[in-house]
Amino acid sequence: MGMIAVPTATSAPRLFWSQFQRELVSVVRSKEEALNPLLFLFLAISLFALGAGGDPEVLQNIAPAIIWVLVLLANMMSLEGLFRRDYEDGTLEQLILLAEPGFVPVLAKIAAQWCVSGLAMTLLAPIAGLILFLPSTVLPTLMITLLLGTPALSLLGAVGAALTVGLRRGGVLLAILVLPLYVPVLIFGSSAVIQHMDGIGTQAQIYWLLAITMISITLAPFLVHAALKISVEQ
Amino acid sequence: MTLKTLWHRLGSPRWFYQISRPWIYVLGILALVLLVTGTVWGLVFAPMDYQQHDSFRIMYVHVPAAMVAQSAYIVMGFAGVLLLVWRMKLADMVLATVVPFGMSMTVFALVTGAVWGKPTWGAWWVWDARTTSMLVLLFLYFGLYALRQAIARPEAAARACAVLAVVGMINIPIIKYSVNFALTLHQKASFTLTEAPSMPPEMWLPLALNVLGVYCLFGANLLSRLRLEILRRERGTQWVRDLVLSGSA
Repeated sequence: MGMIAVPTATSAPRLFWSQFQRELVSVVRSKEEALNPLLFLFLAISLFALGAGGDPEVLQNIAPAIIWVLVLLANMMSLEGLFRRDYEDGTLEQLILLAEPGFVPVLAKIAAQWCVSGLAMTLLAPIAGLILFLPSTVLPTLMITLLLGTPALSLLGAVGAALTVGLRRGGVLLAILVLPLYVPVLIFGSSAVIQHMDGIGTQAQIYWLLAITMISITLAPFLVHAALKISVEQ
Repeated sequence: MTLKTLWHRLGSPRWFYQISRPWIYVLGILALVLLVTGTVWGLVFAPMDYQQHDSFRIMYVHVPAAMVAQSAYIVMGFAGVLLLVWRMKLADMVLATVVPFGMSMTVFALVTGAVWGKPTWGAWWVWDARTTSMLVLLFLYFGLYALRQAIARPEAAARACAVLAVVGMINIPIIKYSVNFALTLHQKASFTLTEAPSMPPEMWLPLALNVLGVYCLFGANLLSRLRLEILRRERGTQWVRDLVLSGSA
């Protein structure tokens, strides 16, 4: 099977790279798609601060939870559009039919989505931490956990996005499918920040986040590919 | 019959329909006997706990429900693999039929846990490791249910659910570990495969009977629902028509 020469001369890394570039270009051209989740993140953080009456002590105590939960939600929102446009104009079908191996463009799409959501949120996290009165010594831990945890969010969430892309009202369903799967990342991420604030070591959580991301990278692309095939066929 | 021919035969819903009937009775009667014996023994005759008095007796229904709720999800995960890899029709039907049972057992375990928690912990609900992981399990069941409802074509719905069940199954140990890591208030497992139970036999034997009983109930429930599902899916075929017309379905 694998010995048949594929007519397109692209190797897997080149396929990955070209798809990755295409995704980033399309994000740059339609800025709101990438910016809206980030706007949501900061808007919701402000709402929490206002809801808590701006009390620094209260906010500092729940800041790790607020930031991590909102990162989960914002990431999920940006996932909703991950396959939507390509599904509607038929590009997705071609990608799945033509690409060999099929999971490569899928992985490239997820990687690009992570750059504009998970990575962007990691870089903006210090600002989020500061407006919630997190001590600045904790910010590196917040950033490291976000950097290691958000790829898993994108990969797991992509499975949900792929399953719901063909459905008319997929938004809430996506949340129901994906949020339970996000629980471990939330727990390890926020507990690392909390423990750092309490002066306890955070290595265990960091290793766990890394492990979850590794498992996700290994398995999710295949499951996303399978899910997309199901969605395209219906 | 060798394992290989059994494997091939499982691909045929008709064959499964024909052989499964006696098993419903066997498992159903076993479930009835075990559950009645275990429950009566546990609730009435088992000795009282020296600390929790009578409230500990809810364990006799709570623990079996919680165990079978988790096993049911694992059954779905394996059915998902069978469906995605070998396109086995029966696996699709298993996925469709396990969800209601698993969901109701999870709810039952959560409710009985809350009833026990009030006198023992002083609160209906606590964010403890096991209650939380059961809650997440319930959400996973809801997800499967919602996904199946959302997709119109049964075949596509089944495969979509299979993907989700597989992801969930891989995730369950990680979820359990993570929740354990963050919150721990629950007592250790009453039963482990590696250690002798710390309870006296007259306390744990009824629990063991109920655990076995609820698994038999699960089996009987699964089989009878499967048979119904087989008839519904295969209603266009000649053998179902013959069966229904002869009045022996």
